Amino acid sequence: MFEDLSSKLDKAFQSLKGEARITDVNIAETVREIRRALLDADVNYEVARQFTDDIKEQVLGSDVLTSVNPGQQFTKIVHDKLVETFGGEKADIALAQTPPTVILIAGLQGSGKTTFTGKLARHLKQEHKRNPLLAAADVYRPAAVDQLKTLASQIDVPVYSIEQKDAVRVAKEAVSMAKSLALDTVIIDTAGRLHVDEDMMNEVAEIKKAVNPHEILFVVDSMTGQDAVNTAKEFNERIDFDGVILTKLDGDTRGGAALSIKSVVNKPIKFVSTGEKLDALSPFYPDRMAQRILGMGDVVSFVEKAQKEFDEKEAEKLQKKIRSDKFDLNDFLEQIQKIKKMGDFSDLVNMIPGASKALDDAEIDDDAFKPIEAIILSMTPEERQEPELLNGSRRRRIAKGSGTTVREINQLMKQFDQMKSMMKTMSKMGKAGRALQGLKNLPIGR
Amino acid sequence: MGFLEKLGLKKKEKLDEGVQKSRDGLLNKIGKAFVGKDKVDDAILDDLEEILITSDVGVNTTIEIIKKIEERVARDKFVTQDELQSMLRQEIVDLLEDNAPDKPAEFNADFPVKPHVILVVGVNGVGKTTTIGKLAHLYKKAGKNVILGAADTFRAAAVDQLKIWSERADVPIIQQGQNADPASVAYDTVAAAKARGADVALVDTAGRLHNKKALMEELAKIKRVMGKVVEGAPHEVILVLDASTGQNALQQARAFTETVEITGLALTKLDGTAKGGIVIGVSHELNVPVKYIGLGEQIEDLQVFDRADFVNALFGE
Repeated sequence: MFEDLSSKLDKAFQSLKGEARITDVNIAETVREIRRALLDADVNYEVARQFTDDIKEQVLGSDVLTSVNPGQQFTKIVHDKLVETFGGEKADIALAQTPPTVILIAGLQGSGKTTFTGKLARHLKQEHKRNPLLAAADVYRPAAVDQLKTLASQIDVPVYSIEQKDAVRVAKEAVSMAKSLALDTVIIDTAGRLHVDEDMMNEVAEIKKAVNPHEILFVVDSMTGQDAVNTAKEFNERIDFDGVILTKLDGDTRGGAALSIKSVVNKPIKFVSTGEKLDALSPFYPDRMAQRILGMGDVVSFVEKAQKEFDEKEAEKLQKKIRSDKFDLNDFLEQIQKIKKMGDFSDLVNMIPGASKALDDAEIDDDAFKPIEAIILSMTPEERQEPELLNGSRRRRIAKGSGTTVREINQLMKQFDQMKSMMKTMSKMGKAGRALQGLKNLPIGR
Repeated sequence: MGFLEKLGLKKKEKLDEGVQKSRDGLLNKIGKAFVGKDKVDDAILDDLEEILITSDVGVNTTIEIIKKIEERVARDKFVTQDELQSMLRQEIVDLLEDNAPDKPAEFNADFPVKPHVILVVGVNGVGKTTTIGKLAHLYKKAGKNVILGAADTFRAAAVDQLKIWSERADVPIIQQGQNADPASVAYDTVAAAKARGADVALVDTAGRLHNKKALMEELAKIKRVMGKVVEGAPHEVILVLDASTGQNALQQARAFTETVEITGLALTKLDGTAKGGIVIGVSHELNVPVKYIGLGEQIEDLQVFDRADFVNALFGE
């Protein structure tokens, strides 16, 4: 898509050959393409118009046209402008001088407030050594309190709840409870509410008035479309929140709502939520969001995830082995186990745009590693170190032990040899390239 | 008259005084500007584009609609204002798929097979469980024997949530608690429905993002085992879409169709300011009808989808 936009822009520029400077007239087509890309990503109509107007203003009279790749150059201008809009400095959660710090969570139904409440509690507990108390102020949705309790028990955090359907009271009492128990943080989970629901908006404003939170967070589903602007505006007017949380970013949405909200209420995006597990919470990175909106996918996150498992030192050791031709089946097994640890393999591949194409659209089966592991585990340590030892009778023994066939073993050994030679070539490449190529050359999904 | 008003919901008033720019009379304006011309002028097209894009109809579908209008205006010059307005409505209605006879939306309609098994799927937080609660209530009210299956065994307290809905709707529920195998719950539900002679079985599933392969495979398995109990089950697979979702809904619909072949859509949370325009493109591309709309958290807040009413609401009437 990113390529898409820049090639589209290249095309738009082609008709302008011979013109030296950008003018109102000759830029129109380009501006239209950019606007369309933004609308496709769910950026609000008005926000997209304003954004492209600003871009136009910025480049009028400049000489982008004479560049070799005006499309690419222009795409970069758009990208940089997006990053700039999202703002540079990382915003953290405000903590109170005297405990307890009170954090209020609000948002529409289904945006992911309760799950985020659990994640935030875990984050504060583990990274900041805080002792949170959760307040179950969603007194309406069936089983919402149970949901919060279940999540809290997973991270060993207490929950305050009452029988009565009185959200303001829950919040107030939770804060005094935290004081008497010397707990330093209270996170108030509230019911999902529509911004046009007068009674419910009054309720959340009442909660705010009653407990005077140090931090109010607005939770938004990253798949939200044009309406994101209306809801963010209304919530902001009513409770003047401090920050935005973007959820469900492990999906494949382009996430233009992030730009719409930032443009309209000018509040920082503090965290992004990337999965159903309680540790799936990360800080917000403007450049990654910009790439995502432009359809480039989150390559950086992928590489980071890969790096977590493949640390530098080990990678170097591996490089040496590969170069000196000492990469054996033990190393291979270890790599497979690491890849498995990185998470669901095919989900990972889906994070990279075009990766499934690069893998020749092969069906990637997470179970594909199983027979390979079984085969290697059925070998003796000597055989793993020196695969050349594997003669016919050894192969028959291994097949029996691993519940496979000699043919499968032959095939694996052939692929292992191919991979080894490819890895040698690859070892000259960069880190990201290595990660990608490594995936491509694994003997799976055939 | 919009569908909210028809329902007698007071939320209609709030909708009108909502933050969005009023669209009253916009169609009127468009009509006037079209009349007597063989070409649509750019300012009008811009207006139309704005209405459609801000309703999440999406760029591609918007272009398609505008192209059709332009073609017809070029062909039948000098049409009246009324004709033009109905033309525009008709073009959009035509993009929305109609209900299939063996999958009627009306709650008192007869089903060809008994039990009629309905599997409900969607991404996280769109309102699957709430929709099932409302459907159970409306089927029951129409005189059907309903049974619920709690196959969302993953999300914390999802089983409890469905249980509360089953009590509200006064229908039985089949469940094995949290963390049980969802396919096994689905199997049990259909088997129980068959044994007890139920008319309708509604099976809830965990929310899952459509790009998670393992979770989608789990869903395929849930669907597969149901067919082992009752021939052709599930007879319907309903994808629940949140009206506030943008263009990603199309990706969702494609992925779910590929895995479990969805047969209908339920559009939820239409009681806010979101218009849910994405269903036009989804319905058109995947040939699936929108069956129901969700309009609130109460058990009565669900309605059979009406194409004409939806188009009216799109234009703020």
